Amino acid sequence: MNNLWGNSLSSFWSIWIIVITLGTIVFCWWILFANRRTDKEPTAEGEVETTGHSADGIDEYDNPLPRWWFMLFVGTIIFSVGYLLLYPGLGNFQGVLGWSQENQWEEEVAYAQEQYAPIFAKYSEVPVPELAQDGEAMRVAERIYLNNCAVCHGSNAQGGYGFPNLTDDAWLYGGEPENIITTLNNGRNGLMPAWQQLGEANLQNVTNYVLSLSGEEHDADSASQGAAIFASACAACHGPEGKGNQGIGGPDLTDDVWLYRQPGQDTYAAVLETLRNGRNGHMPAQAAYIGEDKVHLVAAYVYSLSN
Amino acid sequence: MKHEILEKNVGLLSVLILVVISFGGLAEIVPLFFQEKTTEPVEGLEPLSALELEGRDIYIREGCVGCHSQMIRPFRAETERYGHYSVAGEFVYDHPFLWGSKRTGPDLARVGGRYSDDWHRAHLYNPRDVVPESKMPDYPWLFENTLTGEDTATKMRALKALGVPYTDEQIAGAAQEVRGEQEITALVAYLQQLGTVLKDTR
Repeated sequence: MNNLWGNSLSSFWSIWIIVITLGTIVFCWWILFANRRTDKEPTAEGEVETTGHSADGIDEYDNPLPRWWFMLFVGTIIFSVGYLLLYPGLGNFQGVLGWSQENQWEEEVAYAQEQYAPIFAKYSEVPVPELAQDGEAMRVAERIYLNNCAVCHGSNAQGGYGFPNLTDDAWLYGGEPENIITTLNNGRNGLMPAWQQLGEANLQNVTNYVLSLSGEEHDADSASQGAAIFASACAACHGPEGKGNQGIGGPDLTDDVWLYRQPGQDTYAAVLETLRNGRNGHMPAQAAYIGEDKVHLVAAYVYSLSN
Repeated sequence: MKHEILEKNVGLLSVLILVVISFGGLAEIVPLFFQEKTTEPVEGLEPLSALELEGRDIYIREGCVGCHSQMIRPFRAETERYGHYSVAGEFVYDHPFLWGSKRTGPDLARVGGRYSDDWHRAHLYNPRDVVPESKMPDYPWLFENTLTGEDTATKMRALKALGVPYTDEQIAGAAQEVRGEQEITALVAYLQQLGTVLKDTR
């Protein structure tokens, strides 16, 4: 990452920083000692020296800084010199420890990799259906799921409006282990076009036809008029019988699963809205975030939810 | 120099105080003005589009920065959760910076692409619809308000004066691009590009 962050200062700015930093330390040292006073004995009359400032009969004493306080200042100066020797602070001088925030991060990551990578590598060799039976692996997987997936699919994995339920048997892109892994690694982009151009009457006919596929309440006359439009416009993705096509993510319309039906909304209104405006479901790719070994583990978790 | 002279000449005292307190800034801040890593954009960084820029202003207006930082520090705990740590070159077109200093909600420096547009819309309408335990406020008015675009070009010209390389065509087309768009669309467009220049660098 040196090209992003770690490039060094030019020698002018390096010297600039060194001169100001060391100069300031020397200046503080000088102030501290040049103004150091020592205790003076009171005069024979018991008078002590004052600064000469007097207000309302109160005189300002001119006593030295208490010794503990003075030593505290000396201590901060000694600390600063020690710090500047050990850590980067003086221009391009990296300090004798060679510490930098990037290599501290790299060490942290390398250490964690050494600790945890073998665990995930071991899991990644176990086939998904078998891994789904491994209680300990599933506890690990559940954590990863909750941190990365629950935001959309819910902590109970039952999804919500626009976010698929992972616990049922309905799969947009297939529920076999390799389908789930592909979905997780690369993400998915659903594309249901808007069909407004068909006209409102036709949209209602198609809606009735779609409802008829799953045996929902519908207007049979209207549905029969929708059938022809369905065959020409919808069957390419949803199949001639409305059974869907998992290869391209065309949903099965014959089951009772309605991804875009809001709680309390009737199915007719939901389907009509989808036809009118289209839908663009998007599942972000996860491989870049959690890596392929963890994807394998999460795939097993998702598999376990419905198997 | 007698201390009395300093104490009794306010002007002189002020000047010398300014000199003393400037040392920290001179050593720590001024050299950064001349470092490539802080003044040059990272490879691939583009100025925000007109819509994203309006989204950014909504982000500022709604006070998002009060609860969300945009600065991933180089600790494993952060990079595991949010992605690669932030680097200075990602922010050279930001005026002002929105790094933030408080995380009531999560850091957003690399939230771009992490969730779908639909998710962001649902979440901003009512966060509890998608994250039941969330305490984030809802922003339903973003769905009602639309942008006029009347100030967009002026904002872009101001940013150009500060060194953001907007082209004349971008500025000329700005009002056209955002006029009539819902505020939510602009905000989501802004969020979806955050941190994406270094997205694959983990």
